[in-house]
Amino acid sequence: MSNEIGLTKQEVHRYSRHLLLPEVGVEGQQKLKAASVLLVGAGGLGSPIALYLAAAGVGHLGIVDFDVVDESNLQRQVLHGTRDVGRPKLDSARARIADVNPHVDVTTYETRLTSSNALQILRGYDIVIDGTDNFATRYLTNDACVLLGIPNVYGSIFRFEGQVSVFATRTGPCYRCLFRQPPPPGLVPSCAEGGVLGVLPGTIGTLQATEAIKLLLGIGQPLIGRLLLYDALSLRFRTVNLRKDPNCPACGTHEIRELIDYDQFCGVTTEAPGDEIPEIAPAELAVRLERGDDLDLIDVRELNEWQIARIDAARLVPLATLPTAFSSIDPERDVIVHCKSGGRSANAVRQLRAAGFRRVWNLTGGIERWNREVNAS
Amino acid sequence: MSVQVHLPAVLSRLTDGRRTLDLDGNTVGEIVNEASTRYPGLAPRLKDEQGEPYAFVTYYLNDDDIRIRDGFRTSVQDGDELTIVPAIAGG
Repeated sequence: MSNEIGLTKQEVHRYSRHLLLPEVGVEGQQKLKAASVLLVGAGGLGSPIALYLAAAGVGHLGIVDFDVVDESNLQRQVLHGTRDVGRPKLDSARARIADVNPHVDVTTYETRLTSSNALQILRGYDIVIDGTDNFATRYLTNDACVLLGIPNVYGSIFRFEGQVSVFATRTGPCYRCLFRQPPPPGLVPSCAEGGVLGVLPGTIGTLQATEAIKLLLGIGQPLIGRLLLYDALSLRFRTVNLRKDPNCPACGTHEIRELIDYDQFCGVTTEAPGDEIPEIAPAELAVRLERGDDLDLIDVRELNEWQIARIDAARLVPLATLPTAFSSIDPERDVIVHCKSGGRSANAVRQLRAAGFRRVWNLTGGIERWNREVNAS
Repeated sequence: MSVQVHLPAVLSRLTDGRRTLDLDGNTVGEIVNEASTRYPGLAPRLKDEQGEPYAFVTYYLNDDDIRIRDGFRTSVQDGDELTIVPAIAGG
């Protein structure tokens, strides 16, 4: 340990409760000060992670995000405040971290993590923490960590449940050992669609920060080869065993030698030719409803979204229950499906077409675009 | 064999809100079939068209991934717990 990372008198005072712990002590605190941790995402999970790692004295934090603070973020993203609405998240993150601990260096990357920039951004960090909100970035982060040999502290949340693990260590499994492939788009709603308990990312992000600190200090038993499952409603923690899959294309066979197109891998890209989703624009639907066309307008969002706002002529069939509602759909009638912005309903159209329904259309842009273009006019 | 099945919240909408199910069967596959019979909406979320587990839903019999055993053909004991863990991506 070089003198450059020695602790100043002020730092000794600041970190005194750490220094009292034999498992940390001066040497451990110096390790934290010398450490670099990259946070992918400065949202729900990234908030407690950034705050606690900064407070703990991790010397260098990198943060990747390209979003601006929205008022609907504030229910859980405690890194940002009301005055930050409309501001880039990286700006408010930097200011908040500087206030929590001015001894922390912050590097910000205002970009989406992509296959072309990920290795460059991640390289050199001791630990990467995955706090993203989509499958494509999770697989990208995982593969980049495996390729670079950087531990990936994984956390993921949905509604009242969370998952935590430590991937991509030298001997342990990776994210692909747990989930070889992502679900098809639209099957698992995002938090923006499905909702999330505001305090949930606080719990899960804090566990991720804990794991990162344990890894940096080399203490305890990190969640390597184990997956922690948390259920806030039943307040139940369960840990299950993960094994490194010898056939895993990332960490097992190493057939993934470079980063791939993760949008394509996750099916986010547009449909293949011949498999286009038939679309109907909100204005056209408005005309058809106005003239009394006989059609079945199906809203595949969740009940709570329906309760907030709905299109009058629609009936509710949440996407997950769609297969059970096939019998209620008349194949001779025109069926128009909508959701919030068009993603889940595209999935519904695909399911309906696969089930043999031919007269099915997706409402382009969902109820959001309907509200902008039809309700507002 | 009676097995307690723990479902994630995302699937409990298909089981009238039930998060745990007590089901009978001799293998994990039989338990999954029993769940699918009782709640038909669950079927396409638990197994693919060939009746096999998806790559984005992991099954744990007690603490162990059934993939390191015999997948859906893994035999179960009375009192075992089956935990279904789907991929989630929120953050």
